[in-house]
Amino acid sequence: MTDLIERPTTSTPDEGGPSSVDHGHHDDHGEHHGPSGILKWLTSTDHKVIGINYTVTSIVMMVIGGAFAEVIRAQLVSPTSTLVTLQQYNQLFTMHGSVMIYLFVGPFAFAGLANYLVPLQVGAPDMAFPRLNALSYWLYLTGSLTMILGFFVSGGPAAFGWVGYAPLTSAINAPGAGADLWIGALMLTGFSAIFSGVNLIATIFYLRAPGMTLFRMPIFTWNMLVTGILILLAFPVLTAGLIMLYCDRHFGTHIFEVQGGGVPLLWQHIFWFWGHPEVYILALPFFGMVTEIIPVFSKKPLFGYKGMVFATLTIAALSLGVWAHHMFTTGAVLLPFFSIMSLLIAVPTGIKIFNWIGTMWGGKLHFSTAMLMAIGFVATFLIGGITGIYLASPPLDFFTHDTYFVIAHFHSVVMALTMGAFAGIYFWFPKITGKMLHEGWGKWQFWTLFIGTQVFTLPGYLVGLHGMPRRMAVYPNNPSWQTLNQWESVGALLIGISTLLFVVNVVASYRKPIVAGDNPWDASALEWFTSSPPPHHNFTSLPPIRSERPVWDYNHPDAPALGHGHHEPAATAAEKVEA
Amino acid sequence: MKPAQQRRSRRRAILLALSAPLILAGCQLPSFGAYGGVSKAGTDTFKLWQGFSVAAVIIGGFTFLLMIYVIVRYRAKKKDTSLPKQTQYNIPLEILYTIVPILVVIGLFAATVVVENKVVANPTPQATINVTAFQWGWKFTYPGHKAYIVGQTTQTPTMVMPADQDVRINLRSADVVHGFYVPRFNFSRYAQPGLLNVFTFNITKPGLYKGQCAQLCGLYHSLMYFNVRVLPTDEYDAWMAKQDANTSIVNAAAQSGAVAAQISPRVPTNRAQSQGAN
Repeated sequence: MTDLIERPTTSTPDEGGPSSVDHGHHDDHGEHHGPSGILKWLTSTDHKVIGINYTVTSIVMMVIGGAFAEVIRAQLVSPTSTLVTLQQYNQLFTMHGSVMIYLFVGPFAFAGLANYLVPLQVGAPDMAFPRLNALSYWLYLTGSLTMILGFFVSGGPAAFGWVGYAPLTSAINAPGAGADLWIGALMLTGFSAIFSGVNLIATIFYLRAPGMTLFRMPIFTWNMLVTGILILLAFPVLTAGLIMLYCDRHFGTHIFEVQGGGVPLLWQHIFWFWGHPEVYILALPFFGMVTEIIPVFSKKPLFGYKGMVFATLTIAALSLGVWAHHMFTTGAVLLPFFSIMSLLIAVPTGIKIFNWIGTMWGGKLHFSTAMLMAIGFVATFLIGGITGIYLASPPLDFFTHDTYFVIAHFHSVVMALTMGAFAGIYFWFPKITGKMLHEGWGKWQFWTLFIGTQVFTLPGYLVGLHGMPRRMAVYPNNPSWQTLNQWESVGALLIGISTLLFVVNVVASYRKPIVAGDNPWDASALEWFTSSPPPHHNFTSLPPIRSERPVWDYNHPDAPALGHGHHEPAATAAEKVEA
Repeated sequence: MKPAQQRRSRRRAILLALSAPLILAGCQLPSFGAYGGVSKAGTDTFKLWQGFSVAAVIIGGFTFLLMIYVIVRYRAKKKDTSLPKQTQYNIPLEILYTIVPILVVIGLFAATVVVENKVVANPTPQATINVTAFQWGWKFTYPGHKAYIVGQTTQTPTMVMPADQDVRINLRSADVVHGFYVPRFNFSRYAQPGLLNVFTFNITKPGLYKGQCAQLCGLYHSLMYFNVRVLPTDEYDAWMAKQDANTSIVNAAAQSGAVAAQISPRVPTNRAQSQGAN
């Protein structure tokens, strides 16, 4: 904590900023005497090391989950394929969903890049609780291995889908260790997420640099604050539900079993009470990343910064009251309430999309790979968002629920998030490694990913409307679904190729490094003020923080953001807020 | 433009945008990929689908065009290092794109409620069918009648129902959660252990329709099919009279059905067994 007080810049009398721009290179502050090599990665409590651990582990999980998806898509090329057995198919889609949702998208977003970036963006030397942070990673890694271990036990991994609807998860319906490993993995990663949430909230509330008011925080940090709060509200519910499920399986309780007075439907309520905020726990970090990237490559400030913050808060509030839209076809929920709450989420989401477009409007757009990925995110998310509006209407949900329409809808959303993830990787890779990723490979990756995603999802909507339910290993009764399924598989193949191109790009960037420099994109948040990669305690000096773009203000003193429709320099506006 | 004039023209634009779906509803609309619906409620659902699709095409199309315009129009020119105007807020515009979506949402919700009330209505039925889902098949019985239909995986059962009558379905599950889904009826509902689900079909078009379990229910989920045969009322009555008269077949079916329901097979982990089902 003493590091906070030691920060030199904020006390510099010189108005222009730090006395020395040559920061971060082997001065006293940057030097860190600790273990190196593998021991460093095993024992570090540095948020940057943990952030990289998280990011790398979650990308490995993405590759594993993606491999499952390729097998699933290969199976569905023919209506009577025998590539895998029925049981293996059930295991594959269960593990695909579980690995992607529990082990890739979430941890990548709220623990990987967020771990690395949030302390840098608020000008802090580390997360608030560095050891808790390390524990968080180790629980996540252990949980991930536990999940994968399911493949090595007799009977194989869990086969009841990533949502595990009771009573399909009971000891009778799902015997074997695979199901228990699934439950254990979710508990471990659940606790890991809760600790990450605590750490994010504490860091953002208590470790902000002097001058960094809440409304001067970068949007990514704002989104991580809201994500942290949602994690604390949602994840304990899931973890409690998992404990109940475990007791049902092993200690003879009857919480989710009709025999003995239990209620199977209760599991769906518990699961989705976590599961719907979870959708935004996954999405908000990527909204944040894209919101950081679009202004930088438009050479403009974010359009509607405050509207963006309020939209995020509104999404978070609404997201706690929409869980039962996953349960419209149970016939046991209040349809109009959950319908209007779900429809209303379109409003703040729409505000975000218009703000992104507004940011690009009148700008000077530079289409780097990061920017292309960000635009690909917005376009794909728009498709996923619009089809989501259909699903918020119960009569329309009745005939699309559990079909490929739903599969296509949420794959539009999560593939958009994946593009957001790669936008983030291309944007912050130079900061994290000091090297640039290759733009040529990046553009190939973007186009295969973007086209692959649409070729994969768009036929899915149609085949869903033609009546194809999800989780079908074979469809011998409906050979007419084959063509659309084959198109989907082509799309999945393209997405697989795009992932390979990414791996090639990373390898290439290490073999022929292009040195990045401190701020290769002329970006505006604090992380771009320090060296690439940053020294152990992050900063040797900080610029004055007078707006939400401190580094921009420092580099372009003559181009401040224009205030509320008036031609008023932002600095003056900011001072008014202080007064 | 004067502010008042500007306000008026803006109001006119909003009104036009809101009434566009209604104007278009008068014309012949495409199906947007969905089935037209063969039941009364299914037809209403289909119309709602069309309405949502028109709104989606207008709003989504507008937003996509805006994006494409921005991408093309504001591409940075080579060697141009000057900075654009650093605009950060435009409060009236932001309010506009908050209010308009709220109005659209209210419109969509109102349409939803109207159709939803028709779809979930349960008028006094002219016929009743008890449907029980089990791993991995279906059982159909008719209260007050002897008709008894059961089948699983490879022997697909066929539910028989009359056309142009309010037919009440009492849906139950014998084990795990299943989904009763007939794509052509534009409807699905969970069959849940310990819960009775009641809904009504009024099918306007006789024919044979495919149905299937939509909710993952274990190993043979992909093969849990059923058919629905919708007969004109007189043919249905004749069929039912035959079922009621023919006691021997009914008993045999009843026995095999009871057996099937009782010993609904558990997940075999054996690879050969599950492969055989393919």
